[in-house]
Amino acid sequence: MKKLLASTAVMLALALPGVAQDYTPDPAAKPGGSITITYKDDVATLDPAIGYDWQNWSMIKSLFDGLMDYTPGTTDLRPGLAESYEISEDGLIYTFKLRAGVKFHNGREMTAEDVKYSLDRVTNPETQSPGAGFFGAIAGFENAGPGGLSGVEVVDPLTVKITLSRPDATFLHVMALNFASVVPKEAVDEAGADFGKKPVGTGAYKLAEWTLGQRLVFEKNADYWRPGVPFLDSIVFEVGQEPVVALLRLQNGEVDLPGDGIPPAKFQEVMGDPAQAARVVQGGQLQTGYITLNVTIPPLDKVEVRKAINMAINKERITQIINGRAIPANQPLPPSMPGYTKDYAGYPYDPEGAKKLLADAGLADGFETELYVMNTDPNPRIAQAIQQDLAAIGIKANIQNLAQANVIEAGGAGTAPMIWSGGMAWIADFPDPSNFYGPILGCAGAGEGGWNWSKFCDPALDAKAVEADSMFDPAKSADRLKLWSDIYMGVMEQAPWVPVFNEERYTMKSERMGGEDALYVDPVSIPVNYDYVWVKQ
Amino acid sequence: MAAYLLRRLIQSALILLGVSFITFFLLYVLPADPVRQIAGRSATAQTVENIREQLGLDKPFVVQYARYMGGLLQGDMGRSYLQKTQVAELIWSRLPATLLLMAGAIFCELVLGLTMGIIAALWRGRSIDQTLMVTSFITVSAPQFVVSLLLLYIFAVKLGWFPIGGYGTFAHLVLPAVTLGILGSGWYSRMMRSSMIDVLRADYIRTARAKGLTRARIILRHALPNAILPVIAMIGIDIGIFMGGIVVVESVFGWPGIGQLAWQAIQRVDIPIIMGVTLVSACAIVLGNLLADLIAPLIDPRIRLR
Repeated sequence: MKKLLASTAVMLALALPGVAQDYTPDPAAKPGGSITITYKDDVATLDPAIGYDWQNWSMIKSLFDGLMDYTPGTTDLRPGLAESYEISEDGLIYTFKLRAGVKFHNGREMTAEDVKYSLDRVTNPETQSPGAGFFGAIAGFENAGPGGLSGVEVVDPLTVKITLSRPDATFLHVMALNFASVVPKEAVDEAGADFGKKPVGTGAYKLAEWTLGQRLVFEKNADYWRPGVPFLDSIVFEVGQEPVVALLRLQNGEVDLPGDGIPPAKFQEVMGDPAQAARVVQGGQLQTGYITLNVTIPPLDKVEVRKAINMAINKERITQIINGRAIPANQPLPPSMPGYTKDYAGYPYDPEGAKKLLADAGLADGFETELYVMNTDPNPRIAQAIQQDLAAIGIKANIQNLAQANVIEAGGAGTAPMIWSGGMAWIADFPDPSNFYGPILGCAGAGEGGWNWSKFCDPALDAKAVEADSMFDPAKSADRLKLWSDIYMGVMEQAPWVPVFNEERYTMKSERMGGEDALYVDPVSIPVNYDYVWVKQ
Repeated sequence: MAAYLLRRLIQSALILLGVSFITFFLLYVLPADPVRQIAGRSATAQTVENIREQLGLDKPFVVQYARYMGGLLQGDMGRSYLQKTQVAELIWSRLPATLLLMAGAIFCELVLGLTMGIIAALWRGRSIDQTLMVTSFITVSAPQFVVSLLLLYIFAVKLGWFPIGGYGTFAHLVLPAVTLGILGSGWYSRMMRSSMIDVLRADYIRTARAKGLTRARIILRHALPNAILPVIAMIGIDIGIFMGGIVVVESVFGWPGIGQLAWQAIQRVDIPIIMGVTLVSACAIVLGNLLADLIAPLIDPRIRLR
């Protein structure tokens, strides 16, 4: 019942896109206290222009702010450092009015100059930001360099005008990305390349301590501009800890939240114990796991063959391999993403029908191919299940079990006929359907080195995508989502992917942690929205 | 002695140069692009090319290697591709923990391994010998992950004698050091046993026995110092292994050693860190061996360094 309630809450929130009501924090919340969160991997960087993994993403969100933000626990945009914004009629000029009196952790007031500096910095090639490409719609992006972006202008100390070279319906989401966080120039200049270790922002927390390879401590920003938050005095992140040990420490009361989640080996045990299961929050995730079918490598270039493979995969069984921590998928978008097509049935699991399709394609005797997979659990086990399903319709798939970097390389080079995306792709950067198209299904990503590992490129669909993303008017949001739904249905007709499952999130917390469940499955802040959670003692 | 040392140091430098070249070359030909790892999944082709250029990864192998070595000779190990932090700082920050665990682990290995080896040699062929040798066989082949978790579960979680992982006090060190001691003791006990058996057969032991010396004195004064020589050489090798990092034990016990740093760098093709850790551990192996060779004559005066 608890699970049901949690997911209903998420669905309701999504049913009202764009309604950015001001969020009311838990009235029972008490300020004070400290929590401990563990991670296996070390934190790479806290520089918002550089950090791009799910672990530092939420940390950076709490240290920095951008002009836009999301209502906690939802995918709804709300203003951040911008108090308000105006969009010109042609959708090309965004004028942001900034909040007055917002202070950086170093005490200085944030101004429009800082906004410009931050956008100039993230797009400057010298910064080497992995997120630079998100800002491609800003005028002058092509010539970005030490001179800055011509499309970003400071009108007065509290007003920034951003001119786009093309309408971009996702632009406000882009301004909510960590890459668009506002940073103070003097702190960046002083720290140089070490800014990622000495971050200074306007966020709800500031970095108090970082002992390399051991722990980080975030301290409450008492001057935070959003009244009443954050609640916690401090957050301690301990790194280098095995997930199984983190769970033992949680059970022992030493850890409040294991950042890497519940390890597979312990999942049944935890969920089988009512006391522990009650502290697990389940929710959707903007993630899809899929098999790419390289449309340039015969016989996968035949659509019948790709459809046959879609019908051969027993997705239910694959979700069982990961303890049922996912729901079978039938399209690229995850169900909690706006634009998801609810009434689409997808390809049925039908090995006999699949064999018939193969026979129609002249491959009654099957064929031999290769399936690339990343070598960390559970991915090799999933690949074996896929291999067996394919064998049942006469396709012999040899598994190439490789390190992540090697699979990505083979995918980008287009030498891999099939890839299981697990451990690598795809989690949305922002909650908008366009984010599941361009890099992984569009022509732009199909080039050498791109993440479109199917090398699928349909110019007609690409044109529709451009059209959809130029529909910037919020009033046309429903039409735009319909168009995106059509695009993904068009993709499914040509079957360059086998969408396999959408992972569900299971966040386990200690007894003393408070705050509504939605905060623990926040679609943007993983594992938890640090700004709004609190502790009971 | 000075000439010997000089020659060995020159040899060591050549070995390290070879290691650096081979590692750098292997990372260069590896079918994994570090730039893709830095650029991330949403990067445009332009971003990727720009990063490649910034890092000089578009240059030919020889130029890249020369640049790296040029920096290294000036004491600059470069910055991590992904963390942007100085590699020297990353390694340096993890060195104390690595050295501490190494010392603790070797101590435990020696205590356990030598005791077992000596007992087995003295009661050679008896059931105690067989039991010990089977035990040592089991410990060297036991999976690290299972042994570490088992010890952690029993002594930290259930009995509460030690903290559940972490770093900082002596209590934190005990479990990981004992785990590594148990896992590595088998090598030492087997070596000690065979070396001891050889020595016990030697003429000078028979002479000592004929002189009527006590059994304890024969073993401690005459047999042990001679039997221990190969064990010292083995410590030299062990140092190198520990300096390369012990990934599994470190991550179970949350020990901030070099192993975890290296492991994450390998996953993400962070070449400057991989190079740095490889060279530091190669240095340790070379120096460890040199040290073992220098100590040998102090224990056995028959050995001369030439």
